[in-house]
Formats: sequence, structure tokens, C-alpha cells
Amino acid sequence: MTAAAFGPIAETSSPSRRRAWMRSEEARGLAMISPTFLYALALLFLPVLIVIAYSFWTQNYLEIDRTFTLENYRQALTEPIYRDLFVRSLWISLTVSVVTVVFSYPVAWFISFHGGVHKNLWLFLITVPCWTSYLLRVMSWKVILGYGGVMNTGLISMGLIDKPVTSLLYNSNAVVITLVHSWAAFAILPIYVSLQKVDRTLIEAARDLGDNRIKAFFRITLPLSLPGVISAFLIVMIPTVGDYVTPRLVGGKDGVMIATAIQAQFGKAANWPLGAALSVTTMVLVSLSAAAVVLALKFAIRRIK
Amino acid sequence: MSLLTQRLRFIPFLPIYVALYFLFLYLPILLLPIFSFNNAATTTFPLAGFTTKWYASLSGNSVMLEAAWNSLIVGLSVSLLSTILGICAARAITRHRFRGQRAAAGLIMAPLFLPEIIVAVSLLMIVLAMGVELSLVTVILGQTVFCVPYAMSVLVSGFEGFDRSLEEASYDLGETAIGTFRRVTLPVVAPAIVSSLLVTFTISLDEFILAFFLSGTEPTLPVYIWGQLRFAAKLPGVLALGTIMLVVSILMLTLAEILRRRAERRTQLAHALP
Repeated sequence: MTAAAFGPIAETSSPSRRRAWMRSEEARGLAMISPTFLYALALLFLPVLIVIAYSFWTQNYLEIDRTFTLENYRQALTEPIYRDLFVRSLWISLTVSVVTVVFSYPVAWFISFHGGVHKNLWLFLITVPCWTSYLLRVMSWKVILGYGGVMNTGLISMGLIDKPVTSLLYNSNAVVITLVHSWAAFAILPIYVSLQKVDRTLIEAARDLGDNRIKAFFRITLPLSLPGVISAFLIVMIPTVGDYVTPRLVGGKDGVMIATAIQAQFGKAANWPLGAALSVTTMVLVSLSAAAVVLALKFAIRRIK
Repeated sequence: MSLLTQRLRFIPFLPIYVALYFLFLYLPILLLPIFSFNNAATTTFPLAGFTTKWYASLSGNSVMLEAAWNSLIVGLSVSLLSTILGICAARAITRHRFRGQRAAAGLIMAPLFLPEIIVAVSLLMIVLAMGVELSLVTVILGQTVFCVPYAMSVLVSGFEGFDRSLEEASYDLGETAIGTFRRVTLPVVAPAIVSSLLVTFTISLDEFILAFFLSGTEPTLPVYIWGQLRFAAKLPGVLALGTIMLVVSILMLTLAEILRRRAERRTQLAHALP
């Protein structure tokens, strides 16, 4: 109310002046965001463009040959070692995102529907572990799952097993467990936000009209919270495909992922164009698989409805 | 509400599930402190008795102290830089409507949706291609890209409820732009800004990948820890260091959360004024 009385809108009565004001409003907005935008442009967008450019070039020792070639992509897509790494990375990130979303949904639902007045406290308690050092958490899982680790020695001292189980660490399961733990909060938050938006009277209406709790959930709550599920899915799946620390620490030989190969091209192997092509291919493949899963999810929900 | 709690009684497995989920979340974090006080070089049960010798060994470790100093410099610079950039973006988005707003915000938030290794590799390439030497400065520049989205989301929620008519009233009553910012805007948004500083400092303190790629010969604490993990004998010392970092992170996050809520209340209050 006061804005209309005091603000500049009150002075702009004619349409042309209003347009001029709009323009200055627009100019002020652009000026305000430009430092941050230019920073992101210079240190995010430009670097990514350079990676894409490099992926079409070749390297002879220290010389960069700038003639266009698809050779790097041919290598990235046909050499068995990279193909295996791509398949495993995609599979692991898909598994991690599905497991994280499925296991986190009930918790998000619980907080949203039964969190009472302390919803913010619940959310804070869930995010705290995720904000602490990622490296330390992965290290901790190594301590838990190791041959002489917490799990084995704990189970032995409780008398549940006789000798240590070797299959806990250094495989892709260990990678999945660790990553699910790391990304839990990133899945819960978007699901929670969309559950908060679900109109509770719709659920009551469904119940009044004869749906039982489970049916009402699948027909009302789940479809309406789908946007949250999708963003949870994306925010977990895309970053985990390029995870470096977890495979290195708990993955062993069977848990190596594509990030290790990318890092090697920028370190020991020193083949930047191949490293760039591997990075671009990773992004394209994960985007395609994520899109496929999102479409499948939407289709499945429509069928349920 | 009573109806909901009544229903809840029929499904006791859900609270149990939530409890287990919390156990899963907190178990790895609680183990670090437990073993850092354990009087044995290995991480096995049963525990071997209480000791503080691993913490004592840290104080004489000059390489670690240097890494801690590096982390402090990087953390302070990153939190300051990303919060300033976050303030610009958050204010532009909450105060102004302009074309390209979504695209600009999308680019700024993109690091949240990219594999970190790709951000790291692309920054490494541009830094080396420009002939810049890797140093703490490159780490600061890189981590800032990564921290701005977090700063922005904290700040946007702090700025969102801010009633711009308060500022306009201040202008009309003769305050200058700087005076208005200092006396009207800042008191309302200050908690959000401090909260953003704390959150970005914590992220920078714990961030590994970008620091690993961009730090050159000056390691930050996570890069130092990474180097130590190869040696099994160094593990207890790393656990002690990790415990200290964990406590620092949790304290800062708790403080940030308290401030964020205060900011929320304050903007709501400012909103409720006639």
C-alpha cells in the first residue's frame, strides 16, 4: 500500500513514462546481477566452452593441434576401458539416485505430515551431516566397512560372525552405500518442499470418497510431489556420476568410475583433449539417462492416476 | 493435528524407520570422534581405552598447521567473495524483474547441478591455458564459483520477505542511498548475510576436489588429509584432525541456522508492520 503512495509508480501515469520506468527497473536489475553473472560467465561458462573446444583438438606431447577431429570421442566411446567406466559410472549414479530417493521419501513425508512445529529443526538435523566434510565421511565409511573395521570387529565381538567378511569394502556396493549417505539431504529437501505444497484437503476428499490411505497416497500425494521427486533425482544423479573421492577410497578395483580416468588425463597421462572428451561424454550421457528416467517417472505416474 | 497423530499410532514403523535413517546419517560422523580418543592405532572394536595423544601429536605437526593456515585464508576469502557476489545476485532477483533473469540465475546456480570434477577440470584448463600459476588464489577463485549458489539460496530466503516500501520511505524522508542501506536494509538482512558467510566458510573448509586440482604446492586441510590417507599409521592423527574440523563445521552451521531463522522472523516482522 505504502509503496504505491510513496514509490515511483505514483509518478508514472502515462504509458510511455511507465515503460521508461520499466526499462530503468530492468537496467537496475541487470546492473545488480552483472558482477555475479560475469563471474559465473568467466569462471564457469567460458571454462566449459574451452573443455568442449579441447575435446575436438589433439595433443602431440606439449603441442596442441587445433584441427577439428572426432578422434577423442572415437577413443572415449569405443575403447573397452572407457566404455566399461561409463557403463559402471552411469549404473552407479542411477542406483544411488533411485535408492536415495526411495529411502528418503518416507522421511520427507514424515517431516512434512508429522513434523509438528519443529519441522525446521528436523530439516536442520538432516542437513548437518551433509554439510560436514565429504572427505571425512567417505573416510569414515572406509573405517566402518574395512576388513578390520567397525562392522567386522563389531559383529565378531557380538559373536554374530566368526571371521571378518571381506566383501564389504572395495566394490561398487561400498561406493553406492557411501554415496547414498552423502546425498541424503539433497534428496530430502526438494521432496519435502513439494510435499509441503500438497493441498491437504485433496487427500481428505479422496479419503472421504472412499480411497484408503495407501490408495489416496498413490493417487494424490505421490503425483503432486512428483516435481520434488524429479529434482531430487536430478540433483543426486548428475553430480554422483563424476564422483572422484568415493571410488578412490572405498571402490577398490571393481568400483573405479569415470572421474579417475578423467583425472588421469590431466595428471600422469597428460592428454587434455582426451580428458576433455571424456568429460563432455560423461555430461551428455548422464543428461540423456536422467532425461530418460524423468520421462519414465512421469509416464508411470500418469498410469497410476 | 490430533487426527494425524491418531493415524500415526497405527503406523509405528514409520517413526522407527526415521530413527534408523537418522542412525545411518549420524553413525559415520560419530565414529570419527570415538576413534580419535581411542588408545590404539587401528579402528577396531572393542575400544582400547581413552587417550588424547593423537590430538597432542597434531600441535607439533608443522605441515598440518601450514595447511590449516592455508585453509583459513582460503575460507575467509571465499566466504567474503561469494557472499558479496551472492548479495548482488540475490538482491537483483528479489528486488527487480528483468529479461534474462532466469537464464542468469540458472548459470549462477549451475555448479549445484554439475559433477564437481567437470567444474574442477574446466577451471584447471583455463587457468593453465592462461599461463597462471596454481596457488591459493586459484583455489579461492574456483571455490567461489562453487559457493555462490549456496550463498545465493541463503540470501534469497533472507531478502525475499523484505518490504521495499521501507527503503522507499527512507528515501522519501531524505536518507541517501548509502544511509538507507546502512540504517534500513542492513539491520534487516544482516543475519542472512552472516549466515551466508558462515555457510560458505564451512563449504570452503571442507571442499576437496577443487582444492585438489587447483592448489598446486600449497595444500588446504582436505588436500593434506588426502595425502595422509595413504599411510595407515597416520590414520589416528587424521581422525583427530577430522574431529576438530567436524566440531568447527557443526558449530558454524548451527550458528548460521540460528541467524537464518532470526532473519526470517525479522523480515516477517518488518512485513507485518502497517
